[in-house]
Amino acid sequence: MKTNRMETMQSWLSVDVPAIEVEGVSFRYPTTEGRERIWTLDHLSFHVDAGEILGVVGPNGSGKSSLLKVLSGYLPVGEGDVRLGGLSLGTRSQADIARLVAVVPQEYAQVFPFTVAETVLMGRFPHRTARWWSMGIGDETASDLACAHHAMVETDVVSLADRLVSDLSGGERQRVMIARALAQAPKILLLDEPTAFLDLQHQIEICSILRRLKEERGLTVVLVSHDLNLASQYCDRILMLKAGALFRLGTPQEVIGVDALRAVYGCDVLIDRHPESGVPRVTIPSYASTKHIRDHM
Amino acid sequence: MTDLASSWANAGAVLTVHRWMAVIGGLLLASVAILVLCLQFGATSVDMKTVATAIMHMLRADQEGAATLGTSEIIMVQIRFPRVLMGFFVGAGLAAVGVTLQALLRNPLADPYVLGVSSGSALGVSLAILFGIGSTFMLLPILPLFGFAGGLMALLLIYRLAQSKSRLPIHSLLLAGVILNAILTAFIMFITSIMEPNRSAGLMAWLMGSLTAPNYPALGIFLLYVLCVLVMLMHKAQSLNMLTLGEETARSLGVETEGIKKWLFVLTALLTGAIVSVSGMIGFVGMVVPHAVRLVIGSDHRLLLPASALVGGMFLAVADTIARTIMAPAEIPVGIVTALTGGPFFLYLLLWRKDRMV
Repeated sequence: MKTNRMETMQSWLSVDVPAIEVEGVSFRYPTTEGRERIWTLDHLSFHVDAGEILGVVGPNGSGKSSLLKVLSGYLPVGEGDVRLGGLSLGTRSQADIARLVAVVPQEYAQVFPFTVAETVLMGRFPHRTARWWSMGIGDETASDLACAHHAMVETDVVSLADRLVSDLSGGERQRVMIARALAQAPKILLLDEPTAFLDLQHQIEICSILRRLKEERGLTVVLVSHDLNLASQYCDRILMLKAGALFRLGTPQEVIGVDALRAVYGCDVLIDRHPESGVPRVTIPSYASTKHIRDHM
Repeated sequence: MTDLASSWANAGAVLTVHRWMAVIGGLLLASVAILVLCLQFGATSVDMKTVATAIMHMLRADQEGAATLGTSEIIMVQIRFPRVLMGFFVGAGLAAVGVTLQALLRNPLADPYVLGVSSGSALGVSLAILFGIGSTFMLLPILPLFGFAGGLMALLLIYRLAQSKSRLPIHSLLLAGVILNAILTAFIMFITSIMEPNRSAGLMAWLMGSLTAPNYPALGIFLLYVLCVLVMLMHKAQSLNMLTLGEETARSLGVETEGIKKWLFVLTALLTGAIVSVSGMIGFVGMVVPHAVRLVIGSDHRLLLPASALVGGMFLAVADTIARTIMAPAEIPVGIVTALTGGPFFLYLLLWRKDRMV
């Protein structure tokens, strides 16, 4: 275990190694009856540099969430190879991956009354040294507490520390889940639809937190989103998936275009420039201008 | 920074060694007090002095003093003391199984009795009895083994059902458990119906839940067994915490979920099998106790598991005392008492006490 951690550290010291390297990765779920066995991920290859925010977009069922699950080691890499910090996923233990990659899942359904502080401290689990005789009681060290506190400060949830997570609003809960992921002290943060179901203010809040983490901690972020405008505003590069295959990869300007969206989503949209940042802005067409679509329905 | 961190760490927001010690210490003292209290009640009431004499006698284990013992002391030593102890450990075990199943299935209403795990164990034991396999075979406690096999099978079946769809709603899982329970109970009924009447009567009495203790050596083995499994469950308490976040998140936190789940299934089946084989089917303890304890002390399984075990032990010891005194000299099945006292209390906690008090 110790040597693994050393290797991890060393590989992260070398700047040339991309944070995530995906090479020829294909994955498919075991057959479900009556359904054709299709590739969920189809020969994907791309790199994510350290300190980069990559947005993964694409229609429903295009493999976005599956891609995150492969990157976090939850789903096995079917074909191809995923390397984190230069080391193949297959050679790492689950605990080893956990010290490197943190995941904020799409939905958080905690059925038991855990407090915010308890939830955030769970993020320290992969860093704890288990003592057999203590049975886990009092395993949290001062540095665990400090790390959790720091994560809670960064996401502004310290004042909620003793509240139950189940009693929080959607935006607060999402911030707690990001705090838990940050307490893990990861190099890579994977988020699945972090802004879904949040109102405007909370969407901006979450995205600003991610942006700040990238700048201050050099965190590498991969986030799946349905919101193309949000993705083009906050991501350095965008990966567009179509049926599990890479359709386009590049800066928002390179990826978001009328033709690409028509090819991937199968519908026409209006695209202009964001008045402040100049990144592409996607607008759905007016009801009147979609008459030809309705005629086909 | 650390000072700030300790401000919420000491305010009861997270589990500290201090809080753990306070809660568990308090519950241990309460357990001893409850056990001594339970010893006094029964078909014949016994005063504190007799209880003390009997306990002193047992502690010294002197053979000479045996002749000087009165009837009450003999009742105390030979019947009541082992029975109260067994009630305590059966209750503790059932509550611990409840806590574990609830975390594993992420369902606060899971319970070995409701999900059919107890029936599975009971079916295993009934089969063994039907084929005339004794309680020990070449020194192996064979009935608990059958109970373990039956319980594990029921548990795996329920888990497969829960997994067959990616997210089985809480109530569907309970419904599946109820149906499995009905099927297994039908098999048990079938077995009792083809047995000779005098043997089937004994089987029925055991099935309804009885805490009549076996001889002292067997009781000792049972207590040790329950204690060992409880300690092994405690070692996985932190993993249980992570598992409540969902399997994907648990994995992303470095928990080897597959292996730990298998191990926890084996441990719960081992515990349920042994408990059912000695005390039959006692419901409600595994659901009510963890739920009530969780509402008071929170969800951290490092504290929840041992605290539930102690409260479950006290709960069943008291329930059994009520069962054997309320209609004295007749006894009513303890399962009736657990359901009638646990149910309303559960409702009260669920509806009015959502806050945490410790």
